[in-house]
Amino acid sequence: MDALLAPLLQGREIAAVVIGASAGGVNALLEILPPLPKAYPYPIVTVLHVMKGRQNQLAEVFQQRLAIRVQDAGDKDELRPGTLYFAPAGYHLSVEDGGVLSLSQEEPVHFARPAIDITMASAADVYGPSLVGILLTGANQDGAAGLAAIGAAGGLTVVQDPAEAQVAVMPNEAIRLRQPDLVLTLQEIRSLLLKLENK
Amino acid sequence: MHHRPLHSDTDIELRMLMEAIYLKYSYDFRDYTGASQKRRVLHAMREMGCETISQLQSRVLHEPAAFSELLQFLTIPVTEMFRDPTYYAALREHVMPVLSTYPSLKIWVAGCSTGEEVYSLAILLKEEGLLERSIIYATDINPESLEKAKKGVFPLDSMRAYTENYQASGGKRAFSDYYTAAYNAALFDRSLAENVTFADHSLATDTVFAETHFISCRNVMIYFKKKLQERALGLFHESLCHRGFLGLGSKESIDFSAYGPRFEPIVKRERVFRKL
Repeated sequence: MDALLAPLLQGREIAAVVIGASAGGVNALLEILPPLPKAYPYPIVTVLHVMKGRQNQLAEVFQQRLAIRVQDAGDKDELRPGTLYFAPAGYHLSVEDGGVLSLSQEEPVHFARPAIDITMASAADVYGPSLVGILLTGANQDGAAGLAAIGAAGGLTVVQDPAEAQVAVMPNEAIRLRQPDLVLTLQEIRSLLLKLENK
Repeated sequence: MHHRPLHSDTDIELRMLMEAIYLKYSYDFRDYTGASQKRRVLHAMREMGCETISQLQSRVLHEPAAFSELLQFLTIPVTEMFRDPTYYAALREHVMPVLSTYPSLKIWVAGCSTGEEVYSLAILLKEEGLLERSIIYATDINPESLEKAKKGVFPLDSMRAYTENYQASGGKRAFSDYYTAAYNAALFDRSLAENVTFADHSLATDTVFAETHFISCRNVMIYFKKKLQERALGLFHESLCHRGFLGLGSKESIDFSAYGPRFEPIVKRERVFRKL
């Protein structure tokens, strides 16, 4: 991976990481996030589709396992480094100019609200090449267009290897729509996130 | 030129469109949050057959009907009756007992959209024996939404979900007591809207019109930038009587507002506050 990674990171300032996941996403996130140190230099914005009613416990469950701070995204929250944000149930989550979060209740996208597409596309607008987008396991088409928007804006795009993903639909859809910079296993994504720290 | 331009073409066009709308029609969307506004304008642009936002701007400027059409895309009519039942349960338990001590009540539903929350509140007030002495101001910027709200007719196929919400909110009767089913519509009891004044009012450009005891403004301010949120909260603070109540949407907060210290949370989880 390192040989592939070096040119991708060359000269790239990183401002934020956005992660999208659906079916199998909780386990996947728990594979990649625990090693991150408390002083991790970037905010991580996460959209995870979960069953109705389960969303409210996400932050709590993850905080018990992670060193970085974990919280539900609140309207007009300013993104802080070393913090993992979850999109709250029933709302789309956008990143606004200046790294401020906003919530909205427009129509669901691909039956999803929060939709990964919306968070990723809005963050791509704000951060351009300074954004890292990661799409993990899922049974839904959501996220493919969002990750493509990150790629089009010059950001670094990463898709979980469909061969390893618990559900391959979402990674496959993303790869089909626009070739990502990297297709990696969870183990590799885990070390990628740590490498970004020393950028 | 290799540097990234400060603003994308789309952002420039968006700002010019909002400026044009303000100058021509006095609707002020200039301090709405950018990302969702951009999505809605791009959606409207496609639906209205325009190639660019500039083209849309030209149409909106020269054809008032095109502005009315665009307005339907710019406002978000996502609402339900007894949305977030626990909010209504909190009102029933913590707000209604205090409101019942006043001889007459003024209540403001700001950003009422198509009226679902207005009828929900009217039902709640009725069950607490307060409806007859209440005046409800239901305001919105979208005239089409207000027209729908006035009619009090909602799709019949929503009633199952609304009934569940109503029951979860601590409703005291059969929800079907409040409406008559006809064809595919549920027509709500006219008596519920007897004391409701539906009116055009903008939190961005208008001022306070009455002293109120309770204001409910849910999932309206999430579409505002901080500056406009502050303006809206300022109006609410001015309108509310001493110790008046303010109810917000489930993810809205006044913690970081200059008005934060001027309210106390009554039911924090449900975003019910009281003026200090």
